[in-house]
Amino acid sequence: MATETHGAETLSTCVDSHGSAIGMPQLCFDWFPNQIFWLAITLIVIFFVLSRIALPRIGAVLAERAGTITNDIAAAEELKQKAEEAEAAYHKALADARAEANAIVAEARADIQAELDAELARADAQIAAKAAEGEKAIAEIRKDATKSVTQVARAAAAEIVNALGEKADTKAISAAVTDRLKG
Amino acid sequence: MATETHGAEESSSLVFHPMDQFIVKPLFGEGPIHWYTITNVTLWLALAVVCVILLMVVGTRGRAIVPSRTQSIGEMAYGFVYKMVEDVAGKDAVGFFPYVMTLFMFIVMANFLGLLPMSFTTTSHFAVTVILAMLVFLTVTIVGFVKNGTKFLGLFWVSSAPLALRPILAVIELISYFVRPVSHSIRLAGNVMAGHAVIKVFAGFAAIAAISPVSVLAITAMYGLEILVAFIQAYVFTILTCVYLKDALHPSH
Repeated sequence: MATETHGAETLSTCVDSHGSAIGMPQLCFDWFPNQIFWLAITLIVIFFVLSRIALPRIGAVLAERAGTITNDIAAAEELKQKAEEAEAAYHKALADARAEANAIVAEARADIQAELDAELARADAQIAAKAAEGEKAIAEIRKDATKSVTQVARAAAAEIVNALGEKADTKAISAAVTDRLKG
Repeated sequence: MATETHGAEESSSLVFHPMDQFIVKPLFGEGPIHWYTITNVTLWLALAVVCVILLMVVGTRGRAIVPSRTQSIGEMAYGFVYKMVEDVAGKDAVGFFPYVMTLFMFIVMANFLGLLPMSFTTTSHFAVTVILAMLVFLTVTIVGFVKNGTKFLGLFWVSSAPLALRPILAVIELISYFVRPVSHSIRLAGNVMAGHAVIKVFAGFAAIAAISPVSVLAITAMYGLEILVAFIQAYVFTILTCVYLKDALHPSH
């Protein structure tokens, strides 16, 4: 009320003529209505902005994120299981292929062995045949040789008998040569 | 006090006006301050609203699953207060979450805006903090009676104490209940005002060349402390609101 007597409208009971505070400005009741009015507006605005827009939005985002994370973890679990299954299948396929390859190798080896045996048998048979032929030829040659020797011996014996001046008896000489050759 | 400073003004440059920063002035022109006058209070309250909207609405407009930095801070504030309400006041108090969030966001923004140089700190005024504290006090009292009826008075009747002590405890409980809005508001305004006034006092000493390095260091240290206080006081105010809400919802000791 002192301000009114000062006559200066700019001054209040809380500010001196130099514009400095008198005591604590916090306790200046002249300013309370102003502060309370604007504070009320501020709080109402913040409350409506938060409760109508900001908080539902952030709540939704957080819930959505939690859902996404849960889903992603579930999906990751599933994928991990699938990967493990695929790995098992791969290992099984690998083992199967290896067994098959071993079987094929064994089969091929058996085939080759059989073929080889057959070839060897045939070769042996051929060799045996050739050997028999050779032996036969040798026997023939030997037989011819004996015959020739007999003839030569007969002729030689007849000549020797002739040389001794006697008439050679062909039959007797032949018998004698044959007898000698046997003995 | 005013005469002393007049003398100082004339003799040297060492002038202390630590409380001048709290003066309410009209923003446009001069004149008496009516309840509707647009003042520096209006400006800094509006800036607090703008900051809250920037952080909580504009910052989260992307609704991203992988949040941006601003959205991340907004979500952190949401989670911080939500968890506080849930843990302290109980699961059935989450309906009060927007209300508690409003208080927290306003106080924390006003406190941090007040730390800007040349700014006006709205939360350093009792007019502001008393209204906030009275809002909480009235809410708690009304909710307590609406939810529990006369059982709410059990808050003052400590049934676990010996019968002879109960009347005495009831008086103490009653007094402490009605002192709550006082301590609730003065704690916030007092902390904020004291820190700002101390910074101003140190700033006054900076005018003396010999002391100014110490003074600047002291201002820096105080400023760091004030940043801490700005957050902690908002946190304390909010958690006490939650504690009082718990009393209103579960009055039995």
